[in-house]
Amino acid sequence: MPKLEEKPRVILEEFRVKNAPDDYGMADEKWNFKKFVKNFRIVIVRMDHSEMEFDLIGIHPAFANAFRRLMLSEVPSMAIEKVMIKNNTSIIQDEVLAHRLGLIPLKADPRLFEYRAEDSTEGTEFDTLEFTLKIKCTSNKSQPKDSFRAEDLYENHSVNSASIKWHPIGNQASVHKETDVGPVHGDILISKMRPGHELDLHLVAVKGIGKDHAKFSPVATASYRLLPEIILTREVNGIEATLLQSCFSPCVIGLDSDGRAFVRDARYDSCSRNVYRYDCIKDAVILSRIRNHFIFNVESVGAMLPNIIFIEAVKILRDKCKTLLDELNNF
Amino acid sequence: MKISELPGDEDSGVTCRTYVFQNESHTLGNALKCIINRYEDVQFCGYTVPHPAEDKMHFRIQTQETPALEVLKRGLKDLQKVCDHTIQSFEKEDY
Repeated sequence: MPKLEEKPRVILEEFRVKNAPDDYGMADEKWNFKKFVKNFRIVIVRMDHSEMEFDLIGIHPAFANAFRRLMLSEVPSMAIEKVMIKNNTSIIQDEVLAHRLGLIPLKADPRLFEYRAEDSTEGTEFDTLEFTLKIKCTSNKSQPKDSFRAEDLYENHSVNSASIKWHPIGNQASVHKETDVGPVHGDILISKMRPGHELDLHLVAVKGIGKDHAKFSPVATASYRLLPEIILTREVNGIEATLLQSCFSPCVIGLDSDGRAFVRDARYDSCSRNVYRYDCIKDAVILSRIRNHFIFNVESVGAMLPNIIFIEAVKILRDKCKTLLDELNNF
Repeated sequence: MKISELPGDEDSGVTCRTYVFQNESHTLGNALKCIINRYEDVQFCGYTVPHPAEDKMHFRIQTQETPALEVLKRGLKDLQKVCDHTIQSFEKEDY
C-alpha cells in the first residue's frame, strides 16, 4: 500500500466511513493561530459574474460552516418588502402577487443602503427604493386574421419584471443609475392577463437579511464539499481498467496508451461507491476525502459578485466578534 | 445588550459561566466553541440553542483557573484574527 501523505482523511469503505488510523480528529489539537496561518490557503478555481468555485485548505469545519451559513442568511440584499395595491383586476390574488414580487431579485447594491428602522413608516432615500408597476391588458386592434395566438390577440397579456419602473426619491437619481437598481432579469413572468385586467401597484424595496426572509439572501446556493481523493493500489489493465473507469464520474479515471488505468483528476468525482460492486477491482482502490480541504461553490443571485459576497460574510463574522468584545470589555 | 450571564454560577468562582447571546445561533456558537475548546486551561466549553423559535444562544465555559470571561474574550479575539486572516488571503488571491 502506498504511503499516505500527512493529510487528515476519511476513507470511504464499502460499508462504512472510516477515519484514518492516526487521525484523532482536528478538535483535539491545541489552538495555535500561527499554525493556522501556516497551514491555511485559499485557491480560487474559477469565477465569473455570477458563480465561483474556490478552495479553503487547512481550515476547521466549524469555520467553513460559519462562512457558508453567513453567506446564506446574514449577508444583506435588497428586495421588495411592501406592495401597495391600488388596482388589481387580474386573476392572481393580491397576496400571491405581492409574494411573487418580493421574490424578484434586484440589482441594487445593498452596501449603498442602510437598514430601515423598525418603527419608521416613511422610507428615506438612504434605505428605500420605490418602484411602480402599472400595466393594462387590451385587445390588439391590428390583429392579423385567423390567428389564435395570445401574442397576436392581446397587448400586454403577460406582465414581466421589465415593466417595473423605478422612481428615485430625494437625491437617488444622481447617486444610482437606473440600470443598477431594477430587477436582475427582465423576463421574469409576474402575471398573465386578458383584456380588461389591470395592475396598478406601488412597490417598496428595503434592505434585509436571509434570516428574516429567503428573498433577502444574496446567493442562490452557497455550499461546500470535501476534496475527494482516489488512490490506485495496484495496476489495473484491459477490461478491468474500462470497468474501473465506468465506476467513476467522467474524466476521473484515465487510460494510458497501454490500457492501464490511472487517476486523472479526482476533484469532480461524485464519490459514489460503484467500484465496490465488482469483486475483481474493489481491492484496487482506496476512496477517501481530505477532511480539511473544502471546495466552496457560491452562486450569486445577481446583486453582488460572488467574491464580494464571501468577503462580506467573513466581515460580518469579524464585526460580530468586535461588537461582542466591546460589550464584554464594559461588562 | 447582546450578552448576559445566566444566574446560578455566582458562588462557584469566576471559572465557570454560562453566557446568553441574543440574536446569535450556530454560526457564531460552533465557530467560537471550536476555538475555545482547544485552549490549554479549558475543562469544558459547549453551546446550545435552547429553543429554535427563540433567537438565543447559550454558551458555557468551565476552566481550571482562568476566569471564564477572559477565556471568552480571548476566543472572540482569536476568531476575529481568523476572519481577518481569511479576508486578507482571499483578497490576495482575488487581486
